[in-house]
Amino acid sequence: MKTLKTIFTFLVVATLFAFTTGTDSGGYDIGDIATDFSLENIDGKMVSLADFKEAKGFIVIFTCNTCPYAVAYEDRIEALNKKYASKGYPVIAIMPNNTDVKPGDNMEAMKARAKAKGFTFPYLMDKGQKIYPQYGATKTPHVYVLQKTKKGNEVKYIGAIDDNYQDASAVNQKYVENAVDALLNGKEVPETKTRAIGCSIKV
Amino acid sequence: MVSKVIYNFKLMKYIFVFLAVFLFNCNNDKKDVTLNKDDRVTESVDATQQDTSLKIYDFAGVEKYLNYNDDKTYIVNFWATWCAPCVKELPYFEKIGADYKSEDVEVILVSLDFPKHYESKLKPFIAEKKLQSKVIVLNDVDSNSWIPKVNENWSGAIPATLIYNNDKRQFYEQSFSYEELETELKQFLK
Repeated sequence: MKTLKTIFTFLVVATLFAFTTGTDSGGYDIGDIATDFSLENIDGKMVSLADFKEAKGFIVIFTCNTCPYAVAYEDRIEALNKKYASKGYPVIAIMPNNTDVKPGDNMEAMKARAKAKGFTFPYLMDKGQKIYPQYGATKTPHVYVLQKTKKGNEVKYIGAIDDNYQDASAVNQKYVENAVDALLNGKEVPETKTRAIGCSIKV
Repeated sequence: MVSKVIYNFKLMKYIFVFLAVFLFNCNNDKKDVTLNKDDRVTESVDATQQDTSLKIYDFAGVEKYLNYNDDKTYIVNFWATWCAPCVKELPYFEKIGADYKSEDVEVILVSLDFPKHYESKLKPFIAEKKLQSKVIVLNDVDSNSWIPKVNENWSGAIPATLIYNNDKRQFYEQSFSYEELETELKQFLK
């Protein structure tokens, strides 16, 4: 009987624990050191942040094929890579969705989309969905700007690409560009965290 | 204390079995709800919303729907036709709105569909699903300014739901089953 009672108590605690952690976003905050990874690219090769010896940092973007918000930003993500890869901040795109739930995000579909849009950045699959929870990404698109430091890749910016998903020509605040420009000029990132509507990552 | 739980494998086994049964039952319930829902819809054919034009607001216009100060309990769901988990849970919101109407519960569905899809997707969806809940449309691109006003902890992912009344206010960045939604709602009803 005592054992049963203990089990019941633990069960209640465990259940509560499960539910509270379920709503807690967790993940990185500004100043944290982001994990490296080894994820498969659309060309079949494995890609890690450590491969980019010359990089000063990274624009890590969790994105996918199937979310309309992510699609609305495809050209702008490519433009970010064109502008900043040569300056030391390449875009690293990671597709975090479970492809059983979203077959439109599977490797074949990722390859097709990258080809059609002419992506010049790595478009990686978070196979096993181990990486996005460590970053704390909750949606697509979700950006993490990292700066290479002695401690590792330090998180400098988390959030949206800019403040107008509908119309690139009507953007007022280019959050990611502002962040990377600041880092390139040795300044503090003006706005370190922003929020935007996005598609929940499919588990 | 929690770490003790985790390392106690024997107990974990019991917990696991219990949870497995628990989750299995939940899934079964979900199926039942879906079936019931379908029955209900085919019975009550009322397409009053079909010809109604959309109510489209910026965030300032939506704010009043998030802050009614009367005796009702409001369930405000943020969704879009392109959001698969949103569409999946929509019947539960419709059902709870109907089931708890007599207890002064009102469901408000806030669509975040893109303007270019209002005519081609949103209106046909509302008509086809014969949505009975109030549908309003939020079109405000500067989401960084208004997301924290809905809730400080909202990352911006949808589906997301706000339940509130005069006494209580709770925000959920998650998907719901009917049972989960009902459990939460009951905390607002006395």
